[in-house]
Amino acid sequence: MQSTPAGRTLDVEDLTVRYGQALAVDGVTLAIEPGEVVALLGPSGCGKTTLLRVIAGFVRQAGGRVRVDGATIDHLPANQRNIGIVFQNYALFPHMTVAENVAYGLHARGMRGPEVLAQVSRFLDIVQLGGFRERLPRQLSGGQQQRVALARALAVEPSILLLDEPFAALDRNLRLDMQIEVKRLQRTLGLTTILVTHDQDEAMSVADRIAVMNRGRVEQFDTPVAIYDRPQTLFVNGFIGTTNLLNGRVAALDGGTATVALDAGATLRLPAPTGLSTGAPVMLSVRPEQLALSQVPGPESWRIERGLSLPLGAQLVHEARTTDGASLKIVEPRRASPADAARIYCMLAADAHPTLFPRST
Amino acid sequence: MNKLAEWQLTLPLALAFAAIFLAPLLMLVGVSFFNDDKITEPGFAQWAKFYGDPFSYKVIGDTMLLGVKTVCATILVGYPLALVYLDAPQRLQKVLIFIIVMPLLLSVVVRTFAWIVVLGREGVVNQLLLSLGIISEPLRLLQTELGLVISLTQIEMPLMLLPLISVMSRLDPNLRDASAALGASRWRTLFTVIVPLSMPGLVAGCLLVFASSTTAFISQTVIGGVRLIYLPLLIWQQSLVVFNWPFAAVVSISLLVSVLTVVSALSWLGRRSGGYVHG
Repeated sequence: MQSTPAGRTLDVEDLTVRYGQALAVDGVTLAIEPGEVVALLGPSGCGKTTLLRVIAGFVRQAGGRVRVDGATIDHLPANQRNIGIVFQNYALFPHMTVAENVAYGLHARGMRGPEVLAQVSRFLDIVQLGGFRERLPRQLSGGQQQRVALARALAVEPSILLLDEPFAALDRNLRLDMQIEVKRLQRTLGLTTILVTHDQDEAMSVADRIAVMNRGRVEQFDTPVAIYDRPQTLFVNGFIGTTNLLNGRVAALDGGTATVALDAGATLRLPAPTGLSTGAPVMLSVRPEQLALSQVPGPESWRIERGLSLPLGAQLVHEARTTDGASLKIVEPRRASPADAARIYCMLAADAHPTLFPRST
Repeated sequence: MNKLAEWQLTLPLALAFAAIFLAPLLMLVGVSFFNDDKITEPGFAQWAKFYGDPFSYKVIGDTMLLGVKTVCATILVGYPLALVYLDAPQRLQKVLIFIIVMPLLLSVVVRTFAWIVVLGREGVVNQLLLSLGIISEPLRLLQTELGLVISLTQIEMPLMLLPLISVMSRLDPNLRDASAALGASRWRTLFTVIVPLSMPGLVAGCLLVFASSTTAFISQTVIGGVRLIYLPLLIWQQSLVVFNWPFAAVVSISLLVSVLTVVSALSWLGRRSGGYVHG
């Protein structure tokens, strides 16, 4: 056993899981780099937890492979995979002390005596719980329990670390602290980590790459920034962040550029995705901060009916409605704007990069 | 709302208990301190008679041993059954729970006579073993302690399984996965995680099975016959055959005290391990 586990690659290849007739995971392929943190993000029932349980060896797949450092692990039972997992409810052994919990995996591997004590002390120090060795789990707070679960999973020096909604049970402030702590530990140990979550902020802040899952499939696997700025499917677009959707029609196509006539009454020239044809109905997705208000009409702006304006921290959120009945949210930095009420035209902000999706009518 | 104190609501039940449970018990203790069966001459003669006779100690010992053997057999059969139940899909669980509870739905007499059919010389067990060639002549199972323990094991099984299953199904299923992910084999998981955490249910089950099997008069006499003498049979003989009520009272109190001793020792153990369940 090496003292510092180096990051391993994890490859999931065309993985399929069936529960009866239903496909829980449907042909998922992910190539994860050594030392990378990947978040599996999606609504409940999208197959992200099932995927995690297959990697851990608790669930058998119907098809496909899982490889660690190139070697398949599909034939190994869970107790021979050397994959660490932290559960949402931590699953600490309630009848064992903190030290016994952390030592459990070491004993299971046949380690005895002073070696165990040294390893337990090392990892309890790492999670800053050195003084809590003799406590029982129920005598600890939620955050402390989670750190014990983390120390327990890390003490056996696993090749991969799996985190199943580990922050969901913590309150807001503690959650941020723990996210930072987990990230710090993961960096120090260089451990390849998979995080399952339904919280997009958590995925954004902790993960190097995010796999957005829906109905058993990976819709997009990319960096947080790319997923936010360039969502590849309508689902990803709707699931990540807030967005405005505007209906329109392709008026003309010119190479990579489409001229789109919005139903709201403006004509925009935008980079076109492949597979669009002239006259096709499209949907324009644009983030609230990529819209701007103006008091001057123009061909590239459209008339809106202003609703409430709400201050939200350093920003101001405007509600509005287009002439064709779509509701909009527009976010601006908060500043005194003398002619605010007169700004009844909406347009794309200067650096906006909206996305076009084909629309079925 | 009337200013009726809450404890006053328990009065009817308390009075009923005092009348039909506590009073007879006190009378029983009183009766035991008479020397003659006409209950006229107070004294300690019956106590001296019972505890001066080595046979009494043998009967007490046999009765407690019968309880211990039945408890061990119900654990050996019941614990794996509880594990199977927990792993079974929900539809199968419903069938299993019906089978488990079934002995409770039948009258004691019917259950016991069914076992006579099963264990008799020409019974199902002997027929099967003979036809398989495992034995050459019928086994004597009726009127032996082995036959009695076998039938009591089935009859008392629900009392072991129900508390066991109720405690085990409240265990976090992630604990098993966590143990496996840490590298533990199934056996290690069973003995270091599942068994310790199911202790409260196991202790409750032992308690019920022990108390119930040591006092199972009908099964003991019908299957064990009159040659196997346990305390309940002794009480019955003394009270309803010989009509020596003071002696029967002494035996009754002895049975009560021995069972209560074992039961309180067990529940003390149970309390010690009980705190872990809701960790």
